[in-house]
Amino acid sequence: MVAHLLRLKLLLLRNSLRRSPMQLVGIVVAGLYGLGILVLAIVGLAALSAVELEVAKTVVVLAGAAVLVGWLVIPVLAAGVDTTLDPARFVTFAVPMRELLTGLALSGFLGVPGAITLLAALGTIGTWWKHPAAMPAALVCAVLAVLTCIVASRAMTSASANLASSRRFKDLSGVVLIVPLVLLGPIITSLSQGLTNLAEYLPALARTVSWTPLGAAWSVPADLAAGAYGEAGLKFLMAVGTLAALTWLWKISLAKALVTPAHSSGVSRGGGRLGFFKLFPGTPTGAVAARSLTYWFRDPRYSMGLIIAPVLPLVFMISGAGSGNYAVLDFAAAIAVGLLVWSISADISYDNTAFALHVATGVSGTADRAGRALACAVLALPLGLLYALVGAAVNGTWAFLPGSLGLMIGTLLSGLGLVSVFSARFTFNAPAPGDSPFKSRPGNGFAAGLMQLAGFAGFGVLVLPELVLVVVAQGTRQVLFAWLALAVGLVLGGVLFAGGLRVGGRLYTRRAPELLLAVSRDA
Amino acid sequence: MTDAPKNSASPPRPAPLPAATGGIDAPPALVIRGLAKRFGGKIAVNGIDLDVPSGSFYGLVGPNGAGKTTSLSMATGLLRPDYGSVWVHGVNVWDHQLQAKKLMGILPDGVRLFDRLSGEQLVTYAGLLRGMDRETVAERVKDLLAALDLAKDAGTLVVDYSAGMTKKIALASALIHAPRLLVLDEPFESVDPISAANIRDILQGYVSSGGTVIVSSHVMDLVQRMCDHVAVIAGGNVLAAGTVDDVRGAMSLEDKFVELVGGRNQTEGLTWLRTS
Repeated sequence: MVAHLLRLKLLLLRNSLRRSPMQLVGIVVAGLYGLGILVLAIVGLAALSAVELEVAKTVVVLAGAAVLVGWLVIPVLAAGVDTTLDPARFVTFAVPMRELLTGLALSGFLGVPGAITLLAALGTIGTWWKHPAAMPAALVCAVLAVLTCIVASRAMTSASANLASSRRFKDLSGVVLIVPLVLLGPIITSLSQGLTNLAEYLPALARTVSWTPLGAAWSVPADLAAGAYGEAGLKFLMAVGTLAALTWLWKISLAKALVTPAHSSGVSRGGGRLGFFKLFPGTPTGAVAARSLTYWFRDPRYSMGLIIAPVLPLVFMISGAGSGNYAVLDFAAAIAVGLLVWSISADISYDNTAFALHVATGVSGTADRAGRALACAVLALPLGLLYALVGAAVNGTWAFLPGSLGLMIGTLLSGLGLVSVFSARFTFNAPAPGDSPFKSRPGNGFAAGLMQLAGFAGFGVLVLPELVLVVVAQGTRQVLFAWLALAVGLVLGGVLFAGGLRVGGRLYTRRAPELLLAVSRDA
Repeated sequence: MTDAPKNSASPPRPAPLPAATGGIDAPPALVIRGLAKRFGGKIAVNGIDLDVPSGSFYGLVGPNGAGKTTSLSMATGLLRPDYGSVWVHGVNVWDHQLQAKKLMGILPDGVRLFDRLSGEQLVTYAGLLRGMDRETVAERVKDLLAALDLAKDAGTLVVDYSAGMTKKIALASALIHAPRLLVLDEPFESVDPISAANIRDILQGYVSSGGTVIVSSHVMDLVQRMCDHVAVIAGGNVLAAGTVDDVRGAMSLEDKFVELVGGRNQTEGLTWLRTS
């Protein structure tokens, strides 16, 4: 049975490679990247054998603990990162629990993340090659630690499976968890700034972590190498205990998940709440705008953009706080607006086959394009204004406000023009409705990535005139250029927007059935 | 598919099929000529002809993968055909898409809905997309939700609906503009018996007031009871078409279908499955 499960995993892996040559290219590129990191890790770990014992221990323990935390957190974030062997799919087969557990745990090694973690962990053998007692222990502990990683992540997923099967939780968790992730950079920066004496702090941290389940297994070889046999024994027991406890936790939550089919109960709600449909005019364009705006708030795939866009300029600001230079604020408005605008560049792919309604009703291309652009503008414009005003206030550059306004408006209008054409021409294998926004769907391949990159570059070219004027205005301190930027932003942006709607609308009207076919294929 | 009309704007005279019972002067609700579609190497629809008389309740039956959904998608303007033409009440579907789509209400099978909208919002959306004014839409949405027994769940998001409720809300979206021709792909799938009966009543009333309904289904019994015309499709070809009584003759529709399509296992098979 265990062998069956392993073979199933391999088969799924192989079949997923078979789908398209482009995907194979993508996987090879990703694989090479992973391999590069792996080689670096192994070489680095071997190099640690040359440095002081304390330093080597600090690095290994902290890195190992970070890996375990990663295995714990990432599956929850990206519900369904690896659902190839989703326990829910075994509900109807009476697989004995012990064999199911063993099979699922071992199959974790067969995926790319599992294999890379294992190989990198085995690299610690190289770290301790000078110490005959530590080397075999490193082998045992590496396997133990990686097994702990896999079991921990499995336990986490099946424990949260019941919770996660409710739609509301899925929608919320994905969106809420993105915030700390985006802020991770600044948090680390400020933390490290606070801890001026990093060299003293880290070994202390490593010592503490090595006495927790997170770092115990990683620290055993180091303690052996240092001759602290008692300590090593205790930590080894702790590591084994951790694995046992996690396995037990996994077992009971899996047993529960297997007899509790995914079910979400909703509360019936009466009618009379038309939401945005009441606020927009009762025309096809207004309807599309109302629908899109509703999706910005209700669909995590859009809400994520809505959260990242305002937060990201803040991130730049916090990084700027260190140097006391807030020059980036002049561009924050354009950055936030640009992010929001670009997130509808794959709008029809996000619709998935629900787009059939647009085709069936024969809504005109102009109405479809304009409605989607309108919804995005309703969100982006206030945000852009806010950032521009705050930037001017913080920097005291009110005279140059027209410049950042011009850049922001230019970005908004030109960008909306561009994406109106772009999303009527290209479809991507976007996360399906209801999927986690983090879930990258296979089959997007290299070509689609290049296409999006090209589109993004085109975006940059379109707003280049405004950008140049703003930079010149700041460089020369000539207010005239800021006003010029505003004029160019309004005029050029307006022209590109109108042109984009026209071309995109025509393209849409001509290709609507083909677009539907393309998103049905991706689905 | 050799006789595919070349972009002619007016439909050919109805072929002298036994199907033409709905008055000689009434133009057929749907005329299909030489419709064909190929996906890669596989021919999904092999140049079919079909006449759906105005005011008929037309059943489309066929085994899985017969080309029903592909044919209906091409007939309703959702999928561009490789060959052939389609006319709806005399309007060429692919030459005058908007005009033709105004005449049709479509319930496609196997497509998602904008399911982050509430049921009420979704049907309103369908109405507004068709350019109807807000008051009419609001009035009809209320009537439709009541008729389909969805009034108490009007504010629930469609993503939280059961499969049957989802079918019903999709049907409501197809009915909102009072089309002259309804094309329903598997409308009764996973719909509970009470709702199915309600839907049948609505459709019967619609047909008796002059509308035309085309339904595809696997359930022969249902088609025999509900429809007055039927076409049997298999392997991308129309094997038989006409009034239900003409097609089935003395047999039940199910037996006739099996005879036409073939593929029944006559072997003893699975002897080990017998428990006694």
